[in-house]
Order: sequence, then C-alpha cells, then structure tokens
Amino acid sequence: MKALILSIRSEFYKSRKTAGFWSVVILPLFLCLVLFINFLSNNNAVGTPSMLLWIQFAGTIFGAMGTLLLPMLVVFTAYSVNNIEHKSDTWKTLFSLPISKFSIYAAKYIYAMFIILICLMLFVPFTVGFGNLLGLLKPQLNFGDYSMINILLKMYFKLFLSSLGILSIQFILSLLFRDFLKPMGIGFVATMAGVILASDHLVYAYLFPYAQQMLAASEMPQPHGQHLAGGSLPAITIELFTKEIYASLITASVIFFAGYFIVLKKSVK
Amino acid sequence: MVIDTNGLTYNFGDQAVVKSLSLQVEKGSIYGFLGPNGAGKTTTIKLLLNLLQIQEGSIHIFGKELQSNRIEILSQIGSLIEQPAIYLHLTGKENLLNRALLLQIPDKRVDEMIDLVNLNHAANKKAGQYSLGMKQRLGIALALLSDPKLIILDEPTNGLDPNGIIEMRELLISLTKDHGKTVFISSHLLAEIERMATHVGIINHGHLLFQGTIKDLETRNKPSVQIEIDNTVDAANYLKRNNILVSDVTGQHIYVPYVSKQQIGDINALLNQNGFVVYSINKQQQDLEKLFLAITQNA
Repeated sequence: MKALILSIRSEFYKSRKTAGFWSVVILPLFLCLVLFINFLSNNNAVGTPSMLLWIQFAGTIFGAMGTLLLPMLVVFTAYSVNNIEHKSDTWKTLFSLPISKFSIYAAKYIYAMFIILICLMLFVPFTVGFGNLLGLLKPQLNFGDYSMINILLKMYFKLFLSSLGILSIQFILSLLFRDFLKPMGIGFVATMAGVILASDHLVYAYLFPYAQQMLAASEMPQPHGQHLAGGSLPAITIELFTKEIYASLITASVIFFAGYFIVLKKSVK
Repeated sequence: MVIDTNGLTYNFGDQAVVKSLSLQVEKGSIYGFLGPNGAGKTTTIKLLLNLLQIQEGSIHIFGKELQSNRIEILSQIGSLIEQPAIYLHLTGKENLLNRALLLQIPDKRVDEMIDLVNLNHAANKKAGQYSLGMKQRLGIALALLSDPKLIILDEPTNGLDPNGIIEMRELLISLTKDHGKTVFISSHLLAEIERMATHVGIINHGHLLFQGTIKDLETRNKPSVQIEIDNTVDAANYLKRNNILVSDVTGQHIYVPYVSKQQIGDINALLNQNGFVVYSINKQQQDLEKLFLAITQNA
C-alpha cells in the first residue's frame, strides 16, 4: 500500500510540468469560456426562466464534453501517463526498482483516473462561476435564483463513472504501444462506433464501453425538452447507477486486471 | 557469490541471444563483462534485473533466487542500462528527487549524489538540455542513490570524455575498496575497464568464452617476436618456407610466436644471411585488447 501511494505521488511529481496535466484545467476552462462568450454575445436566451437558462447553459457544455470530448480526453490522458515512460525510455528503470509491478501499474491507472475525475469535476465550479458571471455582466439573462451545483456534481460524476471502461482499454493500449497513433486510432474508431450505437438506441449499446459515456450523457436534462413546455418546471432527478454505469465499472475492473497480467508476463525491452 | 547464474539461456523468437551462461561474480569485485556489440551483454543484464523472464537456467543474487525474491534483491541493486533513462522534462535534481521519493531516501542524499558526479552547475537545468556525458553522470548518480550493495552498469562510459572516464573509474574502485560494494560493468572495449576490473567475463554470440581474474587473462596472453624489416612480405614468405610460423604481417613488421631467446637469434641470423636487412627484433607482449579480439574472433 505504501509503495502504491509513493508511486502515485511520483506520478504527480513527474507529470506536473506536462501538457497532459495542465489540460485538466485548461479543457473545462476553455469550454466554459467559449460558451460564456457565446451567451454574452447573443441575445437568444434573453427572457428564458432561470432554471431553463441554467439547463441551457450547463447542458450545452455538458453535451459537448459527454459526447466526443470525454473519450478523447480519456485517450489523451491514458496516453500521456504512459508516454512519460515511453518518451524517456524509463520503463526499464521503473521495473528494476524494488517496487511491486502492481504498484507501478495501479499507480499510473489511479493517477489517470484522478486526472479525469478532477477535469470533469472542474466543470462544476467553472459552469456555475461563468453562469453567475454572465448574470452579473448581462442582467437581462435571468441566472439569478436557481442553483445547479448538486445536479451538476451528479451529472459529471456519472460521466466520470461511464468513462472508466474506456480508460482501462486505452490505458493498457497506451502502455503496450509506444506510438500514439495505435491507441488514438483505435480510440477514435471505437468512439465513432459508440456514437452510432448510442444514437441508434440499440438495446445492447450499453455493453459497448465507447457508447457508455454517450448513453450516460443522453439521459441528462435537455435544454429544450418537451416536458419543459408550458411553463411548468419539473424537478430534475439524476439516477447515478444505471445499467451503462454498471457495465462501465465491470468492463473497467476486468480489463484493469487483465492488463496487469499482461504487464506481469511482459518483457521490458 | 554476489551473482551466480547457472545455465542461463534466453531466446528472442528463434534466435538464441544468451546460451547456457554461468556467471560468478564475487563480493567486492569489479567484474568487467566484455563482448562486442550484439554479444548478449544487455540481454544478460536485463535478465539479472528481472526485466526479462528467465526461460532456462537460474539466477541467484546475494545467494537468493531472483524471481521469488525480486523486491528484496532489487532493493540492493543500483543499475544503469544502456543509455541513461531519465525524465527529460525534469531537471537533473528533480530526477533524483523523484527517485528519492519512490525509494524513501532523504533529500540530503540527492545533494550528495549531485556533488559526487559533479553536476552542481547543471542540477537545476532540464535534463533534456544535458550533453550525453552529463546524462550518463546523472544516470550513475541515480544508480548510486540508494547506496546499493551491487551496482550494475551497462556501457556507462558511452559519451563520457577521458576525464569523465577516469573519474568514474576512480569512483568505482573506491566504492569496491572502501565501501565493500560489488560492481558489474559491461563494455565492448577492454581497454576501458582493464585498469579497474578485478575479474573479467568475455561473451560473444551469447557464449561465455572466458571468465576469471585479470591475471588469469594475462596468463593467456602469449608473447610474440616483433621483427622490423625492409621487405616484410618476402621475408615472411621466406620464414614460412623455413618452417617458421608467422602470426601476422604488417607494412613494417612481421610477428612470430615467441618460443625462446635462442629462436630470436636464429631468426635474425637466417634473415641476415639471406639478404634481408633487419632493423630491429624483439620479444613483445601482446596487448590485452588484441587478446580480447582473438578470444572473441576465434569463437
């Protein structure tokens, strides 16, 4: 356990100066900023009720993140955590240290998971912060008296859980392949397949890891949903553990341990 | 024995890279592991560090079987394999601090290592900006950081200038003599390590061709007679016609295996009597480098 914690600390120490690490902050900041500028520069949303306006603002950011950006973030994070060793040719040094192979492998995985969690959770304060800032700078937009924090926390946490299946797959691919194109190519094609499966509402789409985050994102409140017509605003409930989340967690665990056995048997070149 | 391998064999696909290798490395020795490029040195070192899975044979380090005591054994080994593996986006000092963090070594030791390998001036510079020699020195500092009992270095002099090679040689000698460490060092150049090695193992095509002390190696070093003469080719042919074995002919010299002083006199007289002008004739010890080449080429 001690070796695992030390290895996680070392991962943080090594990566804190890399682009992969800073993308965690830059991605949510950039996405929220773009939407903030969009809302600021046009008047389409003027007159929308507070709750609807929040859903419209937060839902657009969430939709963009949940469909295509999240799988790409996972691909990139899994790659950058492993690429630190590929680039510096340090696998051989790492595996010749008196640390169990499991600690090295698990520390990298947990660190990648942590990076994705932080990135997704940062969307919450940025969304709320930029929303309130919009309300201040453009008083015609009625952001005022509605709080989305709890809903957003649940939504993004659910998105995080839905991404773990992809993370396990991309993680082992990035560990085994030195060049970016293989895990990236596989990740991209699989994400496209996931988008098609999820948007076709196929019965078993939830079993395909690359469709899970899309399914999780599609169950979120829609800014222009029919149930919101007529001025009545129903309470929003988010069910955290849906079938695609269970499928994601099971996929993540199975691939994680399978990956570890590959690492255990693999020779370090 | 610090390292004891028995019948160690390793294949990459169909190609046998290490063949039935039995290494014996004594405590306190500097063991020079020699062989031309591609002889199987790095593969052997990776086997010793459990980076490659043993296919046949066994490895015992500090008297314990490697695979079942991996972490305990590795905690007493410091290694440098091929080109130094360092994080180029971190500074030299950060590379050492990261390793110190992983192995729970006090930060004070990091500064001592920086001093030891003379990297003070560049400690806070990104390792990506280091010259090859500086990277190699940082690699040596990383290997020594945990104060290991066994130091395994794969071609550590690559990229070092003559001064750096001398410093490293003195450091390794002092580590074995004053601190009781054992050093296993590979090289493709005998000259580089003959001045510090106490023991030598010579490998080629995966086979261990020689293993013993430097003195054992020197006893295999047979002297020859060097003859400086005006027409080397004709003179060499003339000697051969007179049943004298010629081992080498160059532009200015002929070499004949040394037998006795009388033989030198006889050859001199024979050449003089037949019109050859002998400028010099003397007994000469073959240098170890040639011996090394002879051992590896005859394999």
